[in-house]
Amino acid sequence: MLSLFTFPQGGVHPPEKKELTANLQIETMPVPDELEIILGQHIGAPCTPTVAKRAEVKEGEMIGQVTKGLGVPLHSPVAGKVKDLGMSVHPMRTSAPSITITVDHGAVPLVYEKQDWESQEAKELLARVHDAGIIGIGGAGFPTHVKLSPPTDNPINTLILNGAECEPYITADHRQMVEHVTEVVEGAKIILKILGIQKCIIGIENNKPDAIAAMIKAAKEGSTSRYLVSVNALKVKYPQGSEKQLIQAVTNRKVPAFALPSAVGVVVQNVSTARAVYDAVALGKPLCEKVVTISGKGITRPANLLVKIGTKVSDIVAYLGGTAPGLTKVVMGGPMMGFAISNLDVPVTKTTSAVLFLTEGEIDTRPHSQCIRCGWCLDACPMGLEPKEIGIYVEANRAEDTEPLGVFECFECGSCAYVCPAKRPLVQFIRLAKMKAKRK
Amino acid sequence: MDPELIKIAIGGLVLLGCIGLFFGIGLAIAAHKFAVEVNPLIEEVLESLPLAQCGGCGYPGCEGYAIAVVNNPDVPPNLCFPGKEKVAARVAELTGKKLTALEDQIALVRCSRLEGRVSHKHEYYGFASCTAANLSFGGPSACQYACIGLGECADVCPFGAIEMVENFPVVNPDKCVSCGVCVRTCPKKVIEIQTMKARIYVPCSTKDLGKNVKQVCQVGCIGCKMCVKACPAKAVSYEDGLVKIDHKACIAYGPSCETACVTKCPREIFRPYKGRDAIARGGVNILKMAG
Repeated sequence: MLSLFTFPQGGVHPPEKKELTANLQIETMPVPDELEIILGQHIGAPCTPTVAKRAEVKEGEMIGQVTKGLGVPLHSPVAGKVKDLGMSVHPMRTSAPSITITVDHGAVPLVYEKQDWESQEAKELLARVHDAGIIGIGGAGFPTHVKLSPPTDNPINTLILNGAECEPYITADHRQMVEHVTEVVEGAKIILKILGIQKCIIGIENNKPDAIAAMIKAAKEGSTSRYLVSVNALKVKYPQGSEKQLIQAVTNRKVPAFALPSAVGVVVQNVSTARAVYDAVALGKPLCEKVVTISGKGITRPANLLVKIGTKVSDIVAYLGGTAPGLTKVVMGGPMMGFAISNLDVPVTKTTSAVLFLTEGEIDTRPHSQCIRCGWCLDACPMGLEPKEIGIYVEANRAEDTEPLGVFECFECGSCAYVCPAKRPLVQFIRLAKMKAKRK
Repeated sequence: MDPELIKIAIGGLVLLGCIGLFFGIGLAIAAHKFAVEVNPLIEEVLESLPLAQCGGCGYPGCEGYAIAVVNNPDVPPNLCFPGKEKVAARVAELTGKKLTALEDQIALVRCSRLEGRVSHKHEYYGFASCTAANLSFGGPSACQYACIGLGECADVCPFGAIEMVENFPVVNPDKCVSCGVCVRTCPKKVIEIQTMKARIYVPCSTKDLGKNVKQVCQVGCIGCKMCVKACPAKAVSYEDGLVKIDHKACIAYGPSCETACVTKCPREIFRPYKGRDAIARGGVNILKMAG
């Protein structure tokens, strides 16, 4: 048997913990009474609301738009009434401007009809991707239409669909690849048409054999002489879902530091983003809902939930029967890169992939100590940095001098902090260093 | 002694002497030819500065200020906060600049977290620095504008003027020179430089709505704007959700208003400010509150 593909440098293999939700079908959560839609969901300028207070909105109606700069429009996931243009709790920025919509439960849900996309121009398809508000929903939140119009100086020849889902616990993409195979492959074909290329490779870690089997079957059926879709099984290793690591694992091309994947002729999209592209282009449905993995031992019933954007975590908790005893930490996102939250009123955004309810046994709250220079973080870092050094600089109040140590190459995967025997909060040190080095 | 040996010794001494002489002359010529001209005035000004390198003047260290104050006619001689009047007078004398009166200022913490009994919304563990704690969900305090209390201001203060008492910074008025290093460091921006002559101070920095403030703090400003209406001197304004006092206008109006803002404030967050002693007592009060 061929050895499986992976990236060569660094990486860790934390306990996968996916068994909690891996076999649970995606479940549609009933719409709560109120949604809070945060205006800045993507990387770039936040949207400005296009609706006024007390205005009636229809399902799929545009409620926010970016007037200048990078960004995509925002849509109302439901029919209802704008209750307020206020502030919402935000996992990273404490609070962020949002639109609160009171849901009209009596409204008839929209039925989206399948449209023919193959006869349309690539430009039109791209415009639809933008109008549907699609961003990289794997976590980065970069507007997809920008990624699909790469700079022309490097010809693109390969599309990689990211189905690695290397973070422990999360199974949202996994379920998409099992339950919505055709949509994902169709989405990939739409992206191929927009990019004007032929080859698409779907990278999936081999801890998801059912997803690999389903995707191989669908890829075979979906491939034509015009579109070539194939599947690469990857060795389980974190952070394989990171763009640069995935490109190296799948194509063996190394993206230079600070360069975009287009420098090596590759565009990477998440499998869920491909699904969203399919919904937008073939069904005309804007990005208004998201599959979110709710997992951990601190929740009564773990699930893969299809929720409307703007659903508060507290509503999800209530729907799933509350939290279990022993809950100590709630994390939005994966356990490696997610953010701990201390207020359950945080709404789900387009980039939320999981909400984890972790108990004492699942996290480590021991205090950190001095660096013992064991060098494990050097071995774990996929970018070949020296996290220990950056941490020591920050502790010595010299955070602004860390740029020569490559602090801006770090994408905060957390592999270093995971392996550190002294439990040093290395990612936090690095984020602090980035902040201070930028200010310098 | 063997004359041969003495000969070698003298020869060595002469040779080394010649080499020394050669390099000495060379260095002397080089020093003369490539000499960097330094304005002696800069050196003199630099010597008169306290050399705390606090950066409070806005220049990179004391030398930066010395160069600026000598070379730039627009730079006033009274920017050195730690030096106070004495240094300002000396710098003015050296540079021939006109000395305007120096105002006694002090760093004030605009937060009443202890008094308001602000609870923690989560337990923070990680790098014990305020900026780092602020990165995770805005810090552990239930009030997102409150002092985090991990003492980064005390760590950076070049004069050791800030002491952490019950995880709250207390400024020592005898040591504080109002250089502003703490103001620049605090991630919550709760420290403000204020004149010692001020009559009023407001130890709260919240920009939140009154409803939310009441939920998290027993004394925090609720933005009712009673103070704005009450002030006969129009010295109190409400900008960006934050009370702002125009101390000049307030001092100019004088005590005839009987500190209307203090009596009118329903949250008692307006405090009469009586200079040095009052702050010291304030610190003691905070201690008692915490105890």
